[in-house]
Amino acid sequence: MTPVKRPQVTIDGNEAAAYVAHHLSEVIAIYPITPSSAMGEWSDQWSSEGSTNVWGSVPTVVEMQSEGGAAGAVHGALQGGSLTTTFTSSQGLLLMIPNMYKIAGELTPTVFHVAARALAAQGLSIFGDHQDVMAVRQTGFALLASHSVQAVMDMALIAHAAALESRLPFVHFFDGFRTSHEVAKVEQLTLDDMRAMISDDLVRAHRSRSLNPDRPVLRGTAQNPDVYFQARETVNPFYDAAPGIVQRAMDRLAALAGRQYHLFDYFGAPDAERVLVLMGSGALAAEECVEALMKKGEKVGLVNVHLFRPFSAGAFVDALPPTVRAIAVLDRTKEPGSSGEPLYQDVLVALQEAGNFAQPPRVIGGRYGLASKEFTPAMAAAVLGELGQSQPRNHFMVGITDDVSHRSIDYDPRFSTEDPETVRAVFYGLGADGTVGANKNSIKIIGEDTDNYAQGYFVYDSKKSGAMTISHLRFGSKPIRASYLIDRASFVACHQFSFLERMDVLHVAEPGATFLLNSPFGPDELWDHLPQSTQRQILEKRLRVYVIDAFRVAKDNGMGGRINTVMQTCFFALSGVLPREDAITAIKHAIEKTYGKRGQAVVEKNFAAVDNSLANLSEVRIPESATSSFDLPPTVSNQAPEFVRHVLGPIMAGAGDGLPVSAMPVDGTYPTGTSKWEKRNLAQEIPVWEQDICIQCGKCVMVCPHAVIRAKVAEPALLAAAPEGFRSTVARWKERPHMSYMLQVAPEDCTGCGLCVEVCPAKSKSEAKKKAINMAPQAPIRDQERRNWDFFLSLPEVDRRTVAMHNVKDVQLLQPLFEFPGACAGCGETPYIKMLTQLFGDRTVIANATGCSSIYGGNLPTTPYTVNRDGRGPAWSNSLFEDNAEFGLGLRVSLDKQAEFARELLQRFASKIGDELVQAILTADQSSEAGIQEQRGRISALDERIRALNDPGLRDLGALTGALVRKSVWLIGGDGWAYDIGYGGLDHVFASGRNVKILVLDTEVYSNTGGQMSKSTPRGAVAKFAAAGKRGPKKDLGMMAMTYGTVYVAHVAMGANDTQTVKAFLEAEAYNGPSLIIAYAHCIAHGYDLVHGLEQQKAAVQSAYWPLYRYNPALAAEGRNPFQLDSRPSSLALEKYVYNEGRYTMLVRSAPETAAMLLTEAQQDVNLRWKIYEHWASLPYSNGEAHP
Amino acid sequence: MTDLSSGYLGFELRSPLVASASPLAKDLANLRKMEDSGAAAVVLHSLFEEQITAEEQSLDRLLSQGTESYAEALSYFPELQSYGMGPDAYLEHIRKAKQAVSIPIIGSLNGVSTGGWIRYAREIEEAGADALELNIYFLPTSLEIEGREIEANYCDLVESVKSKVSIPVAVKLGPYFTSMANMAFRLDRAGADALVLFNRFYQPDFDLEALQVAPHLTLSTSEELRLRLHWVALLSRTVKCELAITGGVHTAEGVLKGIMAGAQVVMLTSALLKNGIGFFRDLEAGVIEWMELHEYESIRQMRGSMNAAAVAEPAAFERANYIKVLGSYRA
Repeated sequence: MTPVKRPQVTIDGNEAAAYVAHHLSEVIAIYPITPSSAMGEWSDQWSSEGSTNVWGSVPTVVEMQSEGGAAGAVHGALQGGSLTTTFTSSQGLLLMIPNMYKIAGELTPTVFHVAARALAAQGLSIFGDHQDVMAVRQTGFALLASHSVQAVMDMALIAHAAALESRLPFVHFFDGFRTSHEVAKVEQLTLDDMRAMISDDLVRAHRSRSLNPDRPVLRGTAQNPDVYFQARETVNPFYDAAPGIVQRAMDRLAALAGRQYHLFDYFGAPDAERVLVLMGSGALAAEECVEALMKKGEKVGLVNVHLFRPFSAGAFVDALPPTVRAIAVLDRTKEPGSSGEPLYQDVLVALQEAGNFAQPPRVIGGRYGLASKEFTPAMAAAVLGELGQSQPRNHFMVGITDDVSHRSIDYDPRFSTEDPETVRAVFYGLGADGTVGANKNSIKIIGEDTDNYAQGYFVYDSKKSGAMTISHLRFGSKPIRASYLIDRASFVACHQFSFLERMDVLHVAEPGATFLLNSPFGPDELWDHLPQSTQRQILEKRLRVYVIDAFRVAKDNGMGGRINTVMQTCFFALSGVLPREDAITAIKHAIEKTYGKRGQAVVEKNFAAVDNSLANLSEVRIPESATSSFDLPPTVSNQAPEFVRHVLGPIMAGAGDGLPVSAMPVDGTYPTGTSKWEKRNLAQEIPVWEQDICIQCGKCVMVCPHAVIRAKVAEPALLAAAPEGFRSTVARWKERPHMSYMLQVAPEDCTGCGLCVEVCPAKSKSEAKKKAINMAPQAPIRDQERRNWDFFLSLPEVDRRTVAMHNVKDVQLLQPLFEFPGACAGCGETPYIKMLTQLFGDRTVIANATGCSSIYGGNLPTTPYTVNRDGRGPAWSNSLFEDNAEFGLGLRVSLDKQAEFARELLQRFASKIGDELVQAILTADQSSEAGIQEQRGRISALDERIRALNDPGLRDLGALTGALVRKSVWLIGGDGWAYDIGYGGLDHVFASGRNVKILVLDTEVYSNTGGQMSKSTPRGAVAKFAAAGKRGPKKDLGMMAMTYGTVYVAHVAMGANDTQTVKAFLEAEAYNGPSLIIAYAHCIAHGYDLVHGLEQQKAAVQSAYWPLYRYNPALAAEGRNPFQLDSRPSSLALEKYVYNEGRYTMLVRSAPETAAMLLTEAQQDVNLRWKIYEHWASLPYSNGEAHP
Repeated sequence: MTDLSSGYLGFELRSPLVASASPLAKDLANLRKMEDSGAAAVVLHSLFEEQITAEEQSLDRLLSQGTESYAEALSYFPELQSYGMGPDAYLEHIRKAKQAVSIPIIGSLNGVSTGGWIRYAREIEEAGADALELNIYFLPTSLEIEGREIEANYCDLVESVKSKVSIPVAVKLGPYFTSMANMAFRLDRAGADALVLFNRFYQPDFDLEALQVAPHLTLSTSEELRLRLHWVALLSRTVKCELAITGGVHTAEGVLKGIMAGAQVVMLTSALLKNGIGFFRDLEAGVIEWMELHEYESIRQMRGSMNAAAVAEPAAFERANYIKVLGSYRA
């Protein structure tokens, strides 16, 4: 037989799984969740492009409202007889559990492909481990693990084949990020391979079991104590048979493709005495370790577990060498309180039940690699070393320092199995500068244009603006197994010179490595601009250093700040992996492939950048000694609190891995007010105030997404101590005569988005382009503005009782208790949150749905919610994505209960405390700022009184007095939460009548996971899962809430009418019942430069696409129409608004006729909606009833 | 029977009434309506190279913005099979226009780079356009560029395009040349099959409230016709290439004047935007009525009947005209 030549492709694990799943499915139900979203996205894309499955039909892809919904749809589709699949991770898999029991209980073959991820416990993590899949091991699904990208493709096919034959549903899983996102060269299975593996008879058998009225059956009975038990036991033969079926599928694949897998793959010495057992990508690191130790003569081995459920004890024992004396089982999960993690327990049981050893091996278990914590050959070696001890530690951890329970095993980080012949390259880039994209292309070039093996893995930041990316590339003539980051690089590239000023990028460089630096300084000037520690490393490691001013080359060739092509060309030239000319040809070919669809102009400028790169690349002559007089500054100011310096500081510096267990809070509780200690200096340009032009309107303060522009008024005398150059002017407030007004920018926290300048309405009378704030280069004014900022902060905050809260001009004076979030520069969401904290932050508890707002709101190391001088500020928590409404309701109910109990106690002890004080507290009017402050004063007096009385009976009251001050509960989330996954709960909260405030930051897509369609996505917009434009209209959430008649609802767009926005927040807060504010939030996923976000908000309102309104049930009670329209009828055609945004114009170009049709329909949506609203707003009301 | 037929760029046309380049031509239904209303040919809206480049760059920016930066959102848009960038949509429109109507379809091109002009001219030809109108407009704001350099660019451009395409090529010009006659002569020599006089341009206006500059274009008026008549009357006696009038034709009288000045065809945009596409029919009726009343047999008969060679006082088209006007004011 002629061997089949299969394509070699360079793809990541998600694509590998989706490739097989899409070819073997008819129905695919999806919902986005990191890190599995890409599998759904690939499927949707392929189906929208008309790609067919192996039976020649295009799979139907349906996006659901949650993973629970996806699982339900899968269950239904399976019962309908279709071959069905889904993709998920983490909490998504947990939401599928109820259906998984059903699907398994009904013996229904399917495959869920899972990019395995950590679960939200003390904190959320998007990174990889096996906690999610271990949480479904009891459902009856088979669990099949892949350890590499190639294995993902192979096992995906094995899973689909075995599912059909065994009738068991499968979870096919691989490590989130490490495998789902690793780009590697793999052999692609062909459609013939798939056809050979999948029996059409079994497919037909699956269909024959479907629900069909032509041959009706009934499934899903309710069973009683007499038979449920027996019925549950009917499936046992299927589980008994499954391991054999899987092994035979593995054998068939081996016959086809030459790669032999087993249920348990053993690697190591045939006479090994010490054996590791683990599954997933960690097995590769362990394999490298075992191989290295074997070369030293050690008798070691490892079992790589593929089929974890059903667990075949016999096959496991058979996989072990008979000589084994000690086994260490490594679980990438944690089950607190268990007698050991699942794999460990299974191994023990297997040995007990099936083991036939003269001397049963000793077994220990431990944990590793939670949330993508590195697992390296050195760690595997440490575990094997521990196994060699006479009393090895059980229930250990490896990879962290456990100084609390003292269960961690130390490892020697110098132990390395890196092949010296493998090129190891590390690239430091700035997010969106193209570094990662170029590196992915480089991997493809090397993988597909040479005989080399290649691997790429990319580490991203958790901040959305100014994020650093680190690319890890390996390539060489031998297969690459290293499933861990590079810590000994033969090539280091730093694509941003500023990184050198704040971190050590050369710690990864091995001696003699090449260092490529994008530098504004040429080869002769560079040395003097390097920090001393960098100079020392260059000398000590004898690095060869090359520089190029990539920004200049990029700019000269029309590439703006995209330096990727320039740096990629230099990398190829220096690495020598391909002859120069061949490399340039290959790079150009890759450019054509990547950018060709974007147009000839884009391709040509990239070509020009390639052609002009090498002439600008120079080697630096290295002096003999380190001469620099400066070095890296400390990451955190020494004025920061201890926790910030000792815990958050190392995380900021990239040294969080070194923190011991004792450094971490035990229950996930962190201090607020920490973002101010992380000075990121992202902005090239920052706003500078022109006090003579300024009209003090406060709009810039209001729209700043990062709370870096602040305004204050102060007595002029206080400015005597101001640093030189501090700016102020006479305050323009009638109520604040003779005061000074200051507008100050936080120079090191600004992201340079420019929204403030855009919104500024004041222009110079002699030079129209000059506004009251203008962007200016940051570097020259950084020190001065830093001093100004510090002084500004030292000035007193405004007396909140004197502020007219409904007035934007006054609101600017309120201290924001949300500052410097790591949101995208120019974010449309954060200004609303910031304003919320200005208005009510000192008395607010926030329940935050998972999404962008929980990431910039709560991602470590530093977080933006902060406190005022009294130490008050928002208390914040993120429970989950789907439950935020219920979570917030629980908070409200709880606070109300505590307040109620406190009032009861007050009354009970009134005579002891004093009737006057008690009555004053119980009858306090807390509807105003002054009222709340007075109540706080009374509570202080009460606390004082309780202390003085020292009565044990008052202790309960003493613990509850704070509950007597009014508290706000705000539920914050995006449209993915409010319109889709959390809508059921939200609806229940509407109906509850409880006093919760809901802020929906409506970006009209799932922004945090990369722009997937939600039910808020407007008709005609392109989004992921709606590549051909969303066909249906946007859901009118506000209208749905208003139908209750008891929910305050406001539809706002700050950029269109900031006064209405402020008014809506105040009314929502004042309404004693559920309030919903739907806020238009421009977003990076809308496809335009966010500097124009506010203009777009205005256009959205002018076109009546986004009508502004307030529905206040309190008005109906007064006999007035509760529904007030705050915006005017359309004065702008919808197209004039939507065609400013890429999400719409993309469709105009790609499918003009569809776009035209959807635009017409969308305009009709707008017209109709407006008519209904207008009619409603004009209805006369009396006695709470409308009279049409 | 009055003969309205005319010729332009080698086509035998049923009348001298042609739709000038305008957004109206973007809609196939409008093209059909134009044909039904009697338009003899249509110049499509312009393909702007600058716009294509800008759109491509803009798409590239928006698809790159924020990508490969944050682990949960490595991109923000789906990867489409095609983004429909470049001239594809325009070329497809030509193909569809050719299928939709039987009157000649004249493509219009506004290029930036020499390569762009040639590439897109060829693509317009390949897409099936019957002829090409080069909508040349440089706004020379640089202090370094001399007039002669610009003039030479115009001529080189026409020569290059002519050498690469075989369909007829008309050149649409603005009136702002120091020596209009010389320019027309050189373009004629460079191979232009027709000159279209004159282009109208966006001009900036000030928004006093917002202190912003905004581009502004108003519809033409009949007043603007006189400049066209003037130059067509002068040039039609001297250049070999054909002449067309665009800008300021709002009435049947305007059409007649244009033809008498020597134009092969007159082109309309503002009149159509103001009165609707059916206005072709009204104009045609008006022309016929006038011709019948004045016993003209054909358009060809009257073409050039009042150009500088045909009138008794050719000086009226030259400097004397100016003097006379001043004189009439004094009177």
